[in-house]
Amino acid sequence: MNFGGSKWFTEWLVGLGRITLLARESAGSLLRLQVAWRDLLHQVHFVGVKSQSVVLITGAFTGMVLGAQTYFQFHKVKMDTAMLAVVSVSMCSELGPVLTGLMVAGRVGAAIAAELGTMRVTEQIDALRTLATHPVDYLVVPRLLALHIALPLLTVEAIAVGIGAGYLVGVFLLGVDPVYSWYNMLRYTGTGDVIVGLIKAVCFGGMVALVGCYKGLYCGEGAEGVGRATTEAVVYSSIAILISNFFLTLTLGRILDTL
Amino acid sequence: MIEVRDLNKRFGSHAILDGVSFRIEKGESVVIIGRSGGGKSVLLKHLIGLLQPDAGQVLIEGENIVAMNERDLLRIRRKFGMLFQGAALFDSMTVAENVGFAFRRERTLPSHEIRRKVAEVLEMVDLPGIEDKKPSELSGGMRKRVGLARAIIYRPEIVLYDEPTTGLDPIVSDSIDQLILRVRDRLEVTTVVVTHDMRSTRRLGQRILMLHNREIHAAGTADEIFNSPDPIVRRFIEGVSDPKELAF
Repeated sequence: MNFGGSKWFTEWLVGLGRITLLARESAGSLLRLQVAWRDLLHQVHFVGVKSQSVVLITGAFTGMVLGAQTYFQFHKVKMDTAMLAVVSVSMCSELGPVLTGLMVAGRVGAAIAAELGTMRVTEQIDALRTLATHPVDYLVVPRLLALHIALPLLTVEAIAVGIGAGYLVGVFLLGVDPVYSWYNMLRYTGTGDVIVGLIKAVCFGGMVALVGCYKGLYCGEGAEGVGRATTEAVVYSSIAILISNFFLTLTLGRILDTL
Repeated sequence: MIEVRDLNKRFGSHAILDGVSFRIEKGESVVIIGRSGGGKSVLLKHLIGLLQPDAGQVLIEGENIVAMNERDLLRIRRKFGMLFQGAALFDSMTVAENVGFAFRRERTLPSHEIRRKVAEVLEMVDLPGIEDKKPSELSGGMRKRVGLARAIIYRPEIVLYDEPTTGLDPIVSDSIDQLILRVRDRLEVTTVVVTHDMRSTRRLGQRILMLHNREIHAAGTADEIFNSPDPIVRRFIEGVSDPKELAF
């Protein structure tokens, strides 16, 4: 019998159950409006404002690379002016939300897991509970809401910067016609692409927050436990983003097609 | 006021508590002693519902808290204040924010009233005027005092102390003991202290419970325990190791 495999599977099931209960408890807390609003503002600032450099660099260079690569391929078939449309659609529905989600998972997800993990090993979470404060109300819900709010905004920013950077590379570096490029971009980018990107960003925000909080709240003892929780928060939320992105693309594509 | 019935707790395959039962009356001052790693802190955390037992009951004023979920427990925990071993101060907050945390969360008092209460309770623990300091700027003894101030600001009925003098020098330990007595007498609270410091035990305990081999091995008044002929109790009080445990 493979005991290692069965132990891993049991732990995986336990983790899945705990994260589901955490999501349910968070939803209940939100419905009771037991949110620490001041902490929510602080978290929105932490997630949104302090992720600016990461998101701007990611958005800009992704748009530039995508623009250049698309130009190199489309130039062979004289479709240079379709370059910006490809950049726009890709950034709106896929690259914008996914790359922003991954970057925020690395920066914010890790920080959440490390902060909550340290609070756990130093008994600060137990202290919260003795002060008649539910850790989900005080720690999880503000972070969850903040990521739900900030990640779509950051995604929009990354999309805009990516398209702008793609435009600059195409027009000023590669000599693509600006008017036709702009016209084609508007023609081929639908509202649906932007909506898909925003829905994905909201989902990814929830995943990063829940995985980070879960890993922090249930982290092992000592510095080693906090370190492992931080690493796992980044790895698992990144994997969750990449896998769920496929299913979201399929599902949202079908839904938008029927509308 | 607090009744523990047949409490059992295991962590994995390791049994920590096995059939622990005792009762603490209102206003009593009880010290729980025992070897390091013997389950004293685990037992204390069961009294306030921070840990759930595998079997048994914990009754607070007749209510079994074992059957309660976390939200119901919040109501019960308003009766308690707890001082943690490392004080467990919120390191992102100032002393004033730490001490006034419960009131700031409840939002029932205006901020000037919370400031007044914080100043009053810091005065009680002999630390006036440190409201704006961060926990990282405080010594071990000061952190414990601030932790105690945070635990008693909302006038709980029961105060739990987890190793209040561990890691402190004898002078500071003595001052913490005096403080615990002052809080007990001024606020008329039920006091439960977990410690292996015999000097503190003698000073604080009206009644002493000794946890040994996962169960309450001895219980009695301070005089009864300190004069006990039981070899296990004697060895613990006198700090004599068991020759069988020496692994040379």
